Amino acid sequence: MDLSLILLVLVIITALAFDFTNGFHDTGNAMATSIATGALKPKVAVALSGVLNLVGAFLSVEVALTVTNAVIKIQAKDGSPKPEFLADHGQALLLIVLAGLVGGIVWNLLTWLLGIPSSSSHALFGGLIGSAIAAIGFSGVKWVGDGSKLDGVVGKVIIPAFLSPVIAALVAAVGTKLIYAITKKVSHAESERGFRWGQICSASLVSLAHGTNDAQKTMGVITLALIGYGSWTDTGAVPLWVKFSCALAIAAGTYLGGWRIIRTLGKGLVEIESPQGMAAESSSSAVILVSSHLGFALSTTHVATGSILGTGIGKKGAEVRWSVAARMVAAWFITLPAAALVGAVMWYLGDVIGGGIGGIVIFAILCALSAFMYLRSRKTPVDHNNVNDDWDPQDVAATHIPGVIESDQPHGARKVNA
Amino acid sequence: MHTLSLAFHSAWKVLLVATVLGAGVPALFAFGIRALALGNGTMTTGERPNPAGKVMAAVCFLAVVAAVALGLLIIISSGFGMKVSFEHVLPTLVEKK
Repeated sequence: MDLSLILLVLVIITALAFDFTNGFHDTGNAMATSIATGALKPKVAVALSGVLNLVGAFLSVEVALTVTNAVIKIQAKDGSPKPEFLADHGQALLLIVLAGLVGGIVWNLLTWLLGIPSSSSHALFGGLIGSAIAAIGFSGVKWVGDGSKLDGVVGKVIIPAFLSPVIAALVAAVGTKLIYAITKKVSHAESERGFRWGQICSASLVSLAHGTNDAQKTMGVITLALIGYGSWTDTGAVPLWVKFSCALAIAAGTYLGGWRIIRTLGKGLVEIESPQGMAAESSSSAVILVSSHLGFALSTTHVATGSILGTGIGKKGAEVRWSVAARMVAAWFITLPAAALVGAVMWYLGDVIGGGIGGIVIFAILCALSAFMYLRSRKTPVDHNNVNDDWDPQDVAATHIPGVIESDQPHGARKVNA
Repeated sequence: MHTLSLAFHSAWKVLLVATVLGAGVPALFAFGIRALALGNGTMTTGERPNPAGKVMAAVCFLAVVAAVALGLLIIISSGFGMKVSFEHVLPTLVEKK
């Protein structure tokens, strides 16, 4: 087996792994509010979201292969890799992509461990930027576009990261105010019941949009790697197996449910009721759809978080935990540079060791780091049973006494930390 | 600087349209809930059941369903490389640029 083929296989596995983390990292964006208000049972919510992501991924018939073009310069305009990276079955290209993916996954797992909803696309872009800087230098990064439209790191990543949560928060706050003003004379129980339906529908739209947007990115990356290696030549289409495996990876990830993040979004930021849930999800889906329609790139995570915050601001007397929000915003600031740092270090490592062996080494490092973070997560497990527990510290402390958990936890999953 | 002005230009449009849809549709839904309560006579103000409420509720919910269908159309069409155009007021499908 030649070394480039090993690299190619590693890139494909890593890309699917990223897609999987992308799924569970973002389940909460659509479903956290429905889970928190009890509109959907946690398991039902993640199953619904998983199915919609699967459907969404298959709906992406026309997949753009130009994913990396937004931030780095390794592809031509039509999506084909630039010729200078294609020596030895595209080893240079494969290593850049592999190191970038590793950066994205590591950051996604770390933020998941901390229960912080950070943007998966920013993590991916960050990783790619880092490995591109390491491999090509700062000129390998597309910082700004040519001025005709919003493009590059600044136009497609940094500016939208500042603007999109604010826009979503404003829309959700207005929606929340309107809803409560209109239904003032409707009994609480009746409005809760009615809005649960609205909430489920709007959350489903967010899930579907997520499937169409995010699974595409990985499809594009894998196809790019295949073209780089030389086993695929059509820049206008994606191999069928790539589409299938990416769709399955993101759906499986979504179904797994990133419970830690769902908990932060649903219970940590604000205590929400069904009307607020519907306001938040409607705002998210409207902002996501309108911006993708107008060609304004944004992150689903930033929008969803902004919407949930906004719905707390819009309801009189609702408590917004600004400390939680501040922690999140801090994480957003460092997502790009942190993933970039990991991506760059991985590229240097892979390059020093060289070729396929270098790829195997950084893949092994990824596996070790992932295993470590998974084991850490078992010390304070969050799953569908305790996702809705009260956020307040004394209650959280109580639920973390192993004996208490075991008693109402028949699955035995928690025995790890007993 | 140019990038910034481009960004604010599109952000402004996003904010405007998203407010109309993202806050307007739930408001419409809220009107539906209120009209339904009126129809069932379950308002906290204790009014008698008013059949007109049910009709109003149906109109509101239908409008909400139409908005959701539009959202679905945008999502699905973009997957097929199409775009929903509002040039002729009524939404029509056009090839994505």
